[in-house]
Amino acid sequence: MTASALPLAILALFAGAVLVPIFARFGRAAAAWAAAATLAAAALPLLPLASGALAGEVLVHRFTWLPEWGLDLAFRFDGLGLLFAILILGIGQLIILYAAYYMPQKDGLGRLFGLLLAFAGGMLGVVLSENLLLLVVFWEITSLTSFLLIAYKYDATEARIAARMALAVTGGGGLALLAGVLLLGRIAGSYELSAVLAAGDIVRADPLYPVVLVLVLLGAFTKSAQFPFHFWLPNAMAAPTPVSAYLHSATMVKAGVFLLARLYPVLSGTDLWFILVSGTGAVTLVYGAYVALLKHDLKGLLAYSTISHLGLITLLFGLETELSSVAAVFHIINHAIFKASLFMAAGIIDHECGTRDMRRINGLARFMPVTAVLGIIAAGSMAGVPLLNGFLSKEMFFTEAVAQPVLTGYAYALPVFATLAGILSVAYSARFVHDVFFNGEPIDLPRTPHEAPRWMRAPVEILVALCLLVGLLPQWSVGALLQAASTATLGETPPYYTLAIWHGFNLPLAMSLVALAGGLIWYRFRHFFYGLHERYAPNMTSPAAFERVFNATAFGARSMLARLDTVSLHRYLVLLVLSTLGLAGFAWLGAVPAPLAGPLPLTPAGPLSYGALAAVMLGAIGCAAWHRHRPVAIVFASVVGLVVSLVFIRFSAPDLALTQLSVEVVTIVLLLLSLRFLPAETGVAQRRGRAAADGILAIVGGIGVAALAYAMMTRPFETISGWFAANAVGGGGGTNVVNVILVDFRGFDTLGEVAVLALAALGAHALLDGLRLRPQVPGPDRAGDRHPIMLAMLMRPLLPLALVVAFHILLRGHNLPGGGFIAGLITGVVLILQYLAVGIDVTTARLRIDHVRLFAAGLGIAAATGLASMAFGLPFLTSTHGYVGIPLVGPVHLATALVFDLGIYLVVVATVLMVLSELGRLSQREAVPAGAR
Amino acid sequence: MEALLAIGIGTLVAAGIWLVLRERSFSVILGLTLLSYAANLFIFAAGRLAPVAAPLALPGAETLADALPQALVLTAIVISFGMTAYLVALALRAKGETGTDHVDGREDGP
Repeated sequence: MTASALPLAILALFAGAVLVPIFARFGRAAAAWAAAATLAAAALPLLPLASGALAGEVLVHRFTWLPEWGLDLAFRFDGLGLLFAILILGIGQLIILYAAYYMPQKDGLGRLFGLLLAFAGGMLGVVLSENLLLLVVFWEITSLTSFLLIAYKYDATEARIAARMALAVTGGGGLALLAGVLLLGRIAGSYELSAVLAAGDIVRADPLYPVVLVLVLLGAFTKSAQFPFHFWLPNAMAAPTPVSAYLHSATMVKAGVFLLARLYPVLSGTDLWFILVSGTGAVTLVYGAYVALLKHDLKGLLAYSTISHLGLITLLFGLETELSSVAAVFHIINHAIFKASLFMAAGIIDHECGTRDMRRINGLARFMPVTAVLGIIAAGSMAGVPLLNGFLSKEMFFTEAVAQPVLTGYAYALPVFATLAGILSVAYSARFVHDVFFNGEPIDLPRTPHEAPRWMRAPVEILVALCLLVGLLPQWSVGALLQAASTATLGETPPYYTLAIWHGFNLPLAMSLVALAGGLIWYRFRHFFYGLHERYAPNMTSPAAFERVFNATAFGARSMLARLDTVSLHRYLVLLVLSTLGLAGFAWLGAVPAPLAGPLPLTPAGPLSYGALAAVMLGAIGCAAWHRHRPVAIVFASVVGLVVSLVFIRFSAPDLALTQLSVEVVTIVLLLLSLRFLPAETGVAQRRGRAAADGILAIVGGIGVAALAYAMMTRPFETISGWFAANAVGGGGGTNVVNVILVDFRGFDTLGEVAVLALAALGAHALLDGLRLRPQVPGPDRAGDRHPIMLAMLMRPLLPLALVVAFHILLRGHNLPGGGFIAGLITGVVLILQYLAVGIDVTTARLRIDHVRLFAAGLGIAAATGLASMAFGLPFLTSTHGYVGIPLVGPVHLATALVFDLGIYLVVVATVLMVLSELGRLSQREAVPAGAR
Repeated sequence: MEALLAIGIGTLVAAGIWLVLRERSFSVILGLTLLSYAANLFIFAAGRLAPVAAPLALPGAETLADALPQALVLTAIVISFGMTAYLVALALRAKGETGTDHVDGREDGP
């Protein structure tokens, strides 16, 4: 098995996220099995790699993507990755089993498991990334999917608010992390973790190091709910309990501390790291533990306890004593185990009692003895009771607190602080045990509690068994994993340590005992602290403040936008023209004193040219002046179009002239058809000032473009056209260079252009489909002659004749003026004439062509021609030509580009027909009186 | 001749700008049509004026017209037809949805 297993494992989870919701259609069991199978499928490829990671090997697998930018899809598997992969996939498996029983029967589970697997995929991606940018991408995926998971019960307002809050905080942190990683990669010279980890000294010596550190820590702290960014976590308890158990014990919140571990060799080892990391961790540790006791909600208590334990892990990373990082990694394992089981136990209690309020839940030990035993053991581990796993890492914490040398002179400060934290955690653990399972009778529960189903308890039992196993046989159970993960964290073999239950009578043991006793006493006086809390800080953790800030920001943005954006096309266009003029003027001033005229000799102009100019000016100005009299304006515009095609003929561009002429016809029919539904004349007077301002803008713009055009035309230039002209016959097999460029040299462009054309026509079709408009002018019934008989008679011979002409123009296009575009337009014009002559219904009935299919055929033919050349091992759209013998006719010169041109032809015909017939149907639709607007 | 063409293009641009700044959708469509004419002529003129050049690469042709701008303009003409068609459809739809042919969808535009 190679290292390609790493992306495979991540991919398996994302694939499962898509597939499981489909399986869910076959019932809840199918969804659960599919989800469990997905997690197993993700674990399978990693299994053969585990022994290597345990032995301290670092496996890197790289897909080259943009190597010149340092962007590769690179994955990494080492001890730390292994540890987290086990947590993500192992606890994930238990969560699936648990959720299948926990979630209400009416929930199909497809969405839940799909989201959970997507989240797991993001999480696995974070821990297996070698490239830091890739890590950030996966990091954001976990933020997004956790947003969706927290908002799982999306019809509940509080769930939506909580999800938004979590996204704002962790997403914001993700942005900071991205900035930090970009800087870090810049300093280290690479985004590859291997290179970054080796560049620790360079990074720490860089003047930007504090910025990098703060940005990365912002990412880690928001994700791991460190004070003062902790507030999203308690609110996220609005998520279903399986989600809380997964995200807030083993995965999501652990991503933050994972980042601290991952970048430990690069960023740690400075005073700033010590102050920021251990300071934040310490405050969070005590604050979370203190508030946890005050929460009457079972999950609220666990949420604050999670905050507190994350604070502990952060503090351990910050302490930087010999073994503090080992203790941190160890506590990551232990906390994941006991906290997941506690969340699940809390879920069982909620499930059975119908409430999570500890003031009402009392004495459950009698009703659910097994759950009680499980809950007590897990809570004992959380409190750090000997023989359980939590005790071991807490003991290590106490040892490191005593050993921390920095605060000399205040050597007692840290141990005392650690003991206080221990006392508080014992106090809230005691509450979890005593208040829930003992302490009298239940008060007014919605349901009569009894033991949970067998398989719902099973995941809790497995985790609690692990608590005991790690607690009793630490070296045997997790010793190797811890050693490997710590080695990967430190980047070197950690100092010697022993995982043992008994270290003899020493200061840490005494601190543990004090914490246990003190915690029980603190709990005894809990009502005093409740009173304090009620009196001074009842809304300390309310989401209201966040909501206020959030809403004010949104409102501010909206009102700012309303002021800036007047939703006026006129305003936009004035700004557009003004800024263009400004830029052009700026460039012109920079080029002064450049003369307007260049060195090229002028072409002599005859009287005809003056006449043409006069016609264009008449058309343009007439169109602008009479724009309110629309039919007149169309006539003026058509004058311009006609003269433009004459200009093309005059300057040796017969293809353009043909195209312009046929487009002109189609456009005018189009505009005339639309006139029927738009008010023919508008008498609304405009403000004089505005018209004058617009006029000045227009004249300045016109003069500017005219000057630019003149300056351009009189200057010499380099052209690449010579190559096209020289190779047209030899390479493209055609003498019409314009057509050869279109269908051969630049065929790919043309393919894109006809696709755009097809899209425009389909867009017009979508806009007009089903539209009903009241006509503004008398309908065809009132016209003297609906379908002129003369035209109908004329069309009979004209139609086949014109189609033959179009076909001829298509065929000859490669060598003589013509081609797909022109032939398509001519065909379109002829068919329109047919519509006019005999009406839409008759023509459509005879044509029997579906326009959409015509598009598909045209684009299909064009693309297939291109692909055909690939079949011969040539690049896309390579054309070939040669002489083909046709019986009776003799050898004929043909190029494959002709087939491509046929595709263009079909698309153009389809465009013209679709748009105009759709407009024509509009007239028919209004003829039906019902529903007319 | 260059000056004449430049003046023609300039006039088209001026009329086009003035028309797109009007408030009725139909005027804006007309304006864009005029602007397309101007833009097409401008690109065409970038190949410089060649009144006596041969348009086809036939044997014996002396000077050839610059085919590249012509190829660009040819597709531009067809695409501008597609754009006009789409705009007409949009204007009609807007009329149907809002009951007015004012470009902002309301009569009392600012």
